Amino acid sequence: MQATPEKTLVSKSSETTKTARPWLARWPLLRAFLRNRKAMLGVSILFFFIMVALLAPWIAPGNPKKMESRAHLAPAWIADTPAPGGKTFLLGTTGQGQDVFRQLVWGARLSLSVGLSVGIASTIVGTIIGLTAGYLGGWVDDILSLLTNVMLIIPGMPLLVILAAFLKPGPVTVVMVLTLTGWAWPARVMRSQVLSLRAKDFIAASVVSGERTPRILFSEVLPNMSSVFVGSMVGSTVYAIGADVGLAFLGLTNVGTTSWGTMLYWAQNNAGILTGAWWTFVPTGICIALCAFALTMLNYALDEITNPRLRAEKETTHGKRNRGNVLVTPVIRK
Amino acid sequence: MRFLLRRLGFYAVAAWVSLTVNFYLPRLMPGDPASAIFARFQGKLRPEEIDSLRKAYGLSDAPLLEQYGTYLKSLSRGEFGISINFFPAPVTTVISTGFMWTILLAGLATVISFFLGNVLGIIGAWRRNGILDSVAPPLLTFIGAFPYFFLAMIALYFLAFQAGWFPLRHAYSDALSVNWGSLTFIKSVVSHMILPAGCIVLASIGGWMLGMRNTMVGILSEDYITMAQAKGLSQKRIMFSYAARNALLPNVTSFGMALGFVLSGSLLTEIIFAYPGLGYLLLQAVRNLDYPLMQGLFLMITFAVLGANLLVDILYVWLDPRTRR
Repeated sequence: MQATPEKTLVSKSSETTKTARPWLARWPLLRAFLRNRKAMLGVSILFFFIMVALLAPWIAPGNPKKMESRAHLAPAWIADTPAPGGKTFLLGTTGQGQDVFRQLVWGARLSLSVGLSVGIASTIVGTIIGLTAGYLGGWVDDILSLLTNVMLIIPGMPLLVILAAFLKPGPVTVVMVLTLTGWAWPARVMRSQVLSLRAKDFIAASVVSGERTPRILFSEVLPNMSSVFVGSMVGSTVYAIGADVGLAFLGLTNVGTTSWGTMLYWAQNNAGILTGAWWTFVPTGICIALCAFALTMLNYALDEITNPRLRAEKETTHGKRNRGNVLVTPVIRK
Repeated sequence: MRFLLRRLGFYAVAAWVSLTVNFYLPRLMPGDPASAIFARFQGKLRPEEIDSLRKAYGLSDAPLLEQYGTYLKSLSRGEFGISINFFPAPVTTVISTGFMWTILLAGLATVISFFLGNVLGIIGAWRRNGILDSVAPPLLTFIGAFPYFFLAMIALYFLAFQAGWFPLRHAYSDALSVNWGSLTFIKSVVSHMILPAGCIVLASIGGWMLGMRNTMVGILSEDYITMAQAKGLSQKRIMFSYAARNALLPNVTSFGMALGFVLSGSLLTEIIFAYPGLGYLLLQAVRNLDYPLMQGLFLMITFAVLGANLLVDILYVWLDPRTRR
């Protein structure tokens, strides 16, 4: 009764192709996930960075804020000349004589934990609001949708700036502020998903059989939205990582901490570009971009696995060899 | 017409929400907001500044509702308070100097990226699995994963600092003064704009292209496209007037949300290039804890985005006859 179309589709395809590992056959979605190249690419990049963050004390031992080169010569407030990478410092040192590689490794901790916690928090808030709006409908929906759309249209960065500026700087504030501005998109996605689910027969059946609204929401509707839930969590994390970096870059977080954002802040403040010290900002940006890219790939993969329409498109275009301007109507092959 | 009126009502609500957020935020600060702000500027504020700050916030011992009333009244007269950093210039004057440059940079970059992205998306969907369709989406996704301002840093370092092809900073050459009549000035403005605008376009084009491509793929399988093919209409006509016009609609709707996002990115891009727009002012405001300027910027940028959205809605009515009922 509760099976969604996507579930039936996947299980059908797993019947036709036998797998070598029988335990995987019981988890068709997981199997599709493991077979998806984009998903594997995203997961491995992400896994790499999470491991780096967790193993920071072993990969780059020492205090990331320690001023290494010529620290004994100059007082701390005199800017050091950044040195390019070499044997002692793999990626060189910053304008304050700190080891770039060590900062990068330790910075992953704060950046990733802020990103992931905002991703989870804003998706949960968004889901609660979206579920309520979509399921209850009526004036509740009107008000919540209005609020969601207003949050979506107000430009993010200026709002983030005034929110962050009036509150005490620190990671907790950043997570709070980013969640406050980031819940709207998940809420909108969730709402539209609930609207389409609510029209399904199995919901009507549970309403008729007298189930209470919270139970319908959490044990009937929510399990069928797990892919959307994970998808918007991934999307929110991408948003959070980017916005966190932007806020830090403006100097609105505690710039004394080590994160990828504050690394870029110091690179800009010490004129890393105009002194030619490219190593102070290029590795950081590449790490941020790799994380965002990995998450985006993960989202595309999720879309491909759970959206039958995209799969149908892939199947038809693979069989078609003669391209050109002749158009073929995509039809799902049975 | 009803569509436009409904949208107008929505923007009014959005404007009211941002006004109210702006009003309550300083009052949500732990402790008394006034003393907190004054404490940060101990000894730095002149009496007239403190006065103007008080007035700008409508801070008094009056009940909250009355304070809210005075706040709305002074806003309606266009009084956003006095900038601390640029004292004694009012916030509105400070902002208006940067406004033009941001509109020029972000506006132009957004229009170019929207146009180019959609055209690329149309072609990508039309020649599905062609070279463009298989190379561009992953490449642009990867580029889009970089923070805007990081792309700007890279471009500034390699193309302006190392290669010396572009100017390093500002919106026009220091040797010139603002004079839109002279050709050398306009040339200087253009050459200063290429890098920052290019970064914004590069970072935002992927979203438009993918959105267009995916809707277009869906629309190309509609019956009326097959019908148009069967009638023997020219390919160009089917591509643009039949498929693209309909596929454009979702992208136009998402333009509003994207605008705020692109603007946020372009504010940070401006900082890298020391472009004298609103982003640069925002940085100044943050560095100097210039709260009135920060709040003024927030309100002005929000109103600008709402106004741009209204324009897009009017465009939408023109594009989609179904909304004219």
